[in-house]
Amino acid sequence: MNQWKNFSKGFFKENAVFVLLLGMCPTLGVTSSAINGLGMGLATTFVLVMSNLVISLIKSLIPEKVRIPAFIVVIATFVTIVEMLMQAYTPALYDSLGLFIPLIVVNCIVLGRAEAFASKNSVGSSIVDGLGMGLGFAMALTMLGSVRELLGSGKLFNFTIYPEDYGMLVFVLAPGAFIALGYMIAIIDKMKKA
Amino acid sequence: MATIESSLKNMLLTLFVITAIAGTSLGFVYKMTKEPIAAAKAKKQQEAIKMVVPAFNNEPGNEVMTVTSKEGLPIKLFPAREDGKLVGVAVETVSNKGFAGNVSIMVGFKPDGTIENYQVLEHKETPGLGTKMDAWFKTDKGNQSILGKNPGKDNLTVSKDGGDVDAITAATISSRAFLDAVRIGYESFMENKDKIEKGGAQ
Repeated sequence: MNQWKNFSKGFFKENAVFVLLLGMCPTLGVTSSAINGLGMGLATTFVLVMSNLVISLIKSLIPEKVRIPAFIVVIATFVTIVEMLMQAYTPALYDSLGLFIPLIVVNCIVLGRAEAFASKNSVGSSIVDGLGMGLGFAMALTMLGSVRELLGSGKLFNFTIYPEDYGMLVFVLAPGAFIALGYMIAIIDKMKKA
Repeated sequence: MATIESSLKNMLLTLFVITAIAGTSLGFVYKMTKEPIAAAKAKKQQEAIKMVVPAFNNEPGNEVMTVTSKEGLPIKLFPAREDGKLVGVAVETVSNKGFAGNVSIMVGFKPDGTIENYQVLEHKETPGLGTKMDAWFKTDKGNQSILGKNPGKDNLTVSKDGGDVDAITAATISSRAFLDAVRIGYESFMENKDKIEKGGAQ
């Protein structure tokens, strides 16, 4: 497979959030601000690349019937490592995301890519796939976070754009996440067909 | 995909090896990050103390007093002294009335009980709502700010409960928990005030 196509599919054609609608829990949960979305997206990217790498390396050593538990153990290990590293070296980011980091384990994208891609492809392709999918996920989360932060609290990456009092509080809350995501999916869908 | 047969022996062996490797590497990372995590936490605590009380020149961390509040919660009192004279006390206090889990804050009181400043340490409130407590009760707008107020004289509860403080918009429960933690901290400080002041005379 063409490696560029393999990489870029995660951004648009097979974007995890806007097209595949996977990983909705962290998507709706953490995107109350752009920086949270970006942090979550990058943490997921790291886990995705590492788990894809390891799983494509050991794929021929795992008996088929226990592959899912084996994948989950690999993914959970990397998530725990990310959590500990963040806690140690970026305490500020950990404070705002800490709650959602363990949720990466159950993020369908990570397991989905392990099962659908890494367990069938070479190490190189799997890393590229993980990178593309992860960065596409990070991009989607950052976009959603920016929209919600701008409409909800009048800020963008913590820079005040307009006074917070005019913000629509609903966009910071969960219903706003659904509304914003729905419109964004509609726009992306329209662009895809055009 | 798999080239190995799914026999019981193979399955057991593979899972055993994978979990063993995972466990070992986790133990390794845990050991590696243990000190930085502890250091980050200690640094956060020290910075919080510095932020919430007036200038001091002792080591509040060495004089820490751990007491139990009426509610059975563990409260830490850090006396801040300048040349042996008590200038304020940083109280690490906690409330279990939060929207999700405990709300832990560091509040600085002047010796007479006036609130100097505060810093939120740990909580699991709703991002974007309850998390606003970081700045909300310091902002001088309407009746939001609690700085310069004295829990002994002022009625520091949210206006919905008949108090004098404006709650965070759409996060009344988080606001209540925050003010509850302030109250618990104040009470623990007042109960032990004599002991703390005596500590400096030695």
